[in-house]
Amino acid sequence: MIHFVLLISRQGKVRLTKWYSPYSQKERSKVIRELSGMILTRGPKLCNFVEWRGFKVVYKRYASLYFCMCINQDDNELEILEVIHHFVEILDRYFGSVCELDLIFSFQKAYYMLDEILIAGELQESSKKTVARLVSAQDSLVEAAKEEANSISNIIAQATK
Amino acid sequence: MEQLKTIGRELAMGSQGGFNQSKEFLDLIKSIGETRSKSEEDRIVLHEIETLKRRINEPDIPKRKMKEYIIRLVYIEMLGHDASFGYIHAVKMTHDDSVLLKRTGYLAVTLFLNEDHDLIILIVNTIQKDLKSDNYLVVCAALNACCRLINEETVPAVIGSVVELLGHQKEAVRKKAVMALHSFYRRAPSSVNHLVENFRKKLSDNDPGVMGATLCPLYDLITIDVNPYKDLVASFVNILKQVAERRLPKTYDYHQTPAPFIQIKLLKILALLGSGDKKSSEQMYTVIGDIMRKSDTTSNIGNAILYECICCISSILPSPKLLESAADAIAKFLKSDSHNLKYMGIDALGRLIRINPDIAEQHQLAVIDCLEDPDDTLKRKTFELLYKMTKSSNVEVIVDRMIDYMISINDSHYKTETASRCVELAEQFAPSNHWFIQTMNKVFQHAGDLVNPKVAHNLMRLIAEGFGEDDDAADSQLRSSAVESYLKIVDDPKLPSAFLQVICWVLGEYGTADGKYSASYISGKLCDVAEAHSSDDTVKAYAVTALMKVYCFEKAAGRKASLLPECQSLLEELSASHSSDLQQRAYEFQAILDLDANAIENIMPLDASCEDIEIDQTLSFLDGYVQTALEQGAEPYVSENERSTTLNISSIRNHNAYEHPAHSLRFEAYEVPKPVVPTNLPPAVTYPTELVPVPEPSYQPTLSSRPISDAGSGSTDLRLRLDGVQKKWGAPTYSSAASSSTSNFDSFRTAVNGATQSDNVPAKSREPRQPPVEVSEEKQKLAASLFGGRTERNERKQSGGAVGHGKASRTTNHREDKPQPTTVTTAVQSLAPPPDLLDLGEPTGAVSSYSSAVDPFKQLEGLLDLSQDGSAVATTSSGPDLMSLYSDSSTNGQKDNMNSAPNSSNRTASLTKGPSLKDALDKDALVRQMGVNPSSQNPNLFSDLLG
Repeated sequence: MIHFVLLISRQGKVRLTKWYSPYSQKERSKVIRELSGMILTRGPKLCNFVEWRGFKVVYKRYASLYFCMCINQDDNELEILEVIHHFVEILDRYFGSVCELDLIFSFQKAYYMLDEILIAGELQESSKKTVARLVSAQDSLVEAAKEEANSISNIIAQATK
Repeated sequence: MEQLKTIGRELAMGSQGGFNQSKEFLDLIKSIGETRSKSEEDRIVLHEIETLKRRINEPDIPKRKMKEYIIRLVYIEMLGHDASFGYIHAVKMTHDDSVLLKRTGYLAVTLFLNEDHDLIILIVNTIQKDLKSDNYLVVCAALNACCRLINEETVPAVIGSVVELLGHQKEAVRKKAVMALHSFYRRAPSSVNHLVENFRKKLSDNDPGVMGATLCPLYDLITIDVNPYKDLVASFVNILKQVAERRLPKTYDYHQTPAPFIQIKLLKILALLGSGDKKSSEQMYTVIGDIMRKSDTTSNIGNAILYECICCISSILPSPKLLESAADAIAKFLKSDSHNLKYMGIDALGRLIRINPDIAEQHQLAVIDCLEDPDDTLKRKTFELLYKMTKSSNVEVIVDRMIDYMISINDSHYKTETASRCVELAEQFAPSNHWFIQTMNKVFQHAGDLVNPKVAHNLMRLIAEGFGEDDDAADSQLRSSAVESYLKIVDDPKLPSAFLQVICWVLGEYGTADGKYSASYISGKLCDVAEAHSSDDTVKAYAVTALMKVYCFEKAAGRKASLLPECQSLLEELSASHSSDLQQRAYEFQAILDLDANAIENIMPLDASCEDIEIDQTLSFLDGYVQTALEQGAEPYVSENERSTTLNISSIRNHNAYEHPAHSLRFEAYEVPKPVVPTNLPPAVTYPTELVPVPEPSYQPTLSSRPISDAGSGSTDLRLRLDGVQKKWGAPTYSSAASSSTSNFDSFRTAVNGATQSDNVPAKSREPRQPPVEVSEEKQKLAASLFGGRTERNERKQSGGAVGHGKASRTTNHREDKPQPTTVTTAVQSLAPPPDLLDLGEPTGAVSSYSSAVDPFKQLEGLLDLSQDGSAVATTSSGPDLMSLYSDSSTNGQKDNMNSAPNSSNRTASLTKGPSLKDALDKDALVRQMGVNPSSQNPNLFSDLLG
């Protein structure tokens, strides 16, 4: 089971956090501080895994961004590395050559996508196409709703003029 | 699609300046992006919190504005600040009718709230309503929220709808319903227990996504209890076979590997099902072998599957053929340059040596390389491996290395773990008393406060009981060497408390036993300890009791025992101590001082800490007393059940009795029994005792009713040990006597035996198999001492049955299965093909219903994606003949898969991947237009994550 997902920039700035196990706000800050201290300082050729408080944290660096996932002792680290990559590929497909800025400014979209890939700390969908289809369906509904709301409010605005 | 999106983006840019958010919010993100320190960031965020607090409570905020506020709250919370003032608005937003706002609301609450938050009760109703919505996206959002927010109390409110949704026509909904049910099961197993059958049913769902999701709850269920699922072995094997044969839709391929995540989950499940079950294991052998052969060792995901196969092979009943291929795979991992693979290799090796200890030997140099690697993760993993392969011949090297490592790290979690491992290994395999004591000293000195207090008590017991043999000489030698080493280090001012307690106890019990040290010398040391650690009451208590013992032994032996002046002053100080325990000990000691040698010998017999104390469970010695009381007309005792009082005296039991060092005396006062509630007495009683002030000789006996407050005031009677005694005046319960588990010591004893045999054999270094170029001598030596020579191993194998509890059974397992490798394969082949639960072979029906579903986007996608879908259908229906089609498409490489989304015109550019300059430039232009100028700050922002 994945306990949390963290996206940290190389400067230690938090880009995304998702907690699947209960952590208080205080613990969360502590976890982030501890892990960014451990992970950001690691050399490039070392393992992508860190043992931490009886758990394992699997991380991977993409450009200037570190994707970290915390898992149980008996989970398969290589698989989690690929789950991270799976997530990145889906982001890439959605944003089109995803870069850190996309995540900074559209973090809520990244959350929506993460929700389609992981649920309650488990991988729920391993088909990129299915995820993409669901996300775009959501987007389209949102667009439709927005336009509708706009037109209605326009009509109301005009009517009340 | 892509074009639509770009149009959308442009529109959004026109109105809002890109990224769909207001200028204000973008400025916030921008300014936080440009901060250089955490404090600067905090300042900005705090300011933002103030603004939001003000704004969010304004009346009549337009909904769109509110949505943005909530996203801003999410942002604040993400940066680690408290946004709880706005939670209620997020909750309100989930009630909204608009899907857009609802979705934002759900996203925010799932990020904000834990399952036990008070606000959840306000959302349950909305979730209930949304689960019944016509719009499947609303249902999906509600199911997502379920997984996070529904707790044990609220499960009943939604579980009915969730179960209904298992049959929803949209596969996305079914999948999420399965996952939601799984999360309910994790939180409140009892409320879902009657529904677990649904998981079985969903395993044969038409959609591979739903089937894959079902594996998660099934894995959990099988972890808890394997037996009800044994019948599914055939189905799982069959599914795995189909997956491996690429009969799943091609969209599940990941880097040309067919549905790897599903394969891994299935292998995990099979590992559980096949563990210790010959019949099930035999069914799996073929498919696991196939997968191992097919797996692509050049890709990471292929190695992930390979690793999972090894885990599975080491868990199920071993098949020699599979073990061999597992060993080959491990060899490849270890030889790889990638640290990740080395790590996995070490881990896998640790799993396999449980079955076949010989495997480690051929990798000895690789293991030692990993041990000396600068990568801490790898090092730790290697220590874990060493821990698993420790035997009496290499325990010294391994434990020494572990202690060195333990000293070098700061992480208290791993320090504790390493320390307890050292202790465990030392207890199990110690080659000599001297080494054992020295090792324990080192562990306690460096990590004494971190190890479990039990370890300290274990050590005391070990020293007291010796090795359980009748060899008194060896025992006293162990004690003498302990005393000697403790006297050497006791002056160290920085010893941890747990270690000091051990030292005090051992010095008190055995300090003067061999006559080497005088009583006054030992007493002096003990007084020093008490003085130097005056803030630690426990240590002081141990010290004063030890002093008492030293004095008693001296006096009982007929020598003239006098109290040292510092000891005297210590006693005076302690008898005025704030701690009642210390006070009591001091008073008891003072009381003992007045007794004659004979009495003292009775209270404090020499070296009696391990002697069992005879317990008269029926309290027969009171029979006479009871008899006379009855004759004098006292009420006979009425047991508590009969009195049917609610009084619970069993809580009186003193749980702490064994936390103390085993003295022959108990010094704690007995608790005063609670008075019997008079109304509960049967009306037949002529006079309630409570109302009679005269001390009638009632059945309330003196012993338990009298609070023994005079414990320290000179009474020296031997007191009763009530543990294990049936409580005569309480509920008829027995307080369980702590079982002094001898099994632990048995194994220890045998281990020591083994050690004495093998100890003298000089560790012969076998020629390492790798070409011995550039292998430093030191390493070879280390390898030799770690892995030992052939002769030693054989010898160890013989005694293997005796050494270690767990290991013995495992080796026998192994032997039992070795002989029938051929029957295995034939058996599997002759098996009739099991009923096809998940008939992925002919999903034509499913696929057609798929595309006929009213989903305009799916149709749109289908238009552009025809070739791929078509080929998927064709292959899946007509089997492997059309494999050539795949080979055709697979030449395009992984990127083709990934980019199989429509709109080729836009994507062809990025097919070649790498840092796509055009996209980056586009984005650069976009953000510049918004006024963000990040290149000065962080040029990396634009580099493509996958590039």
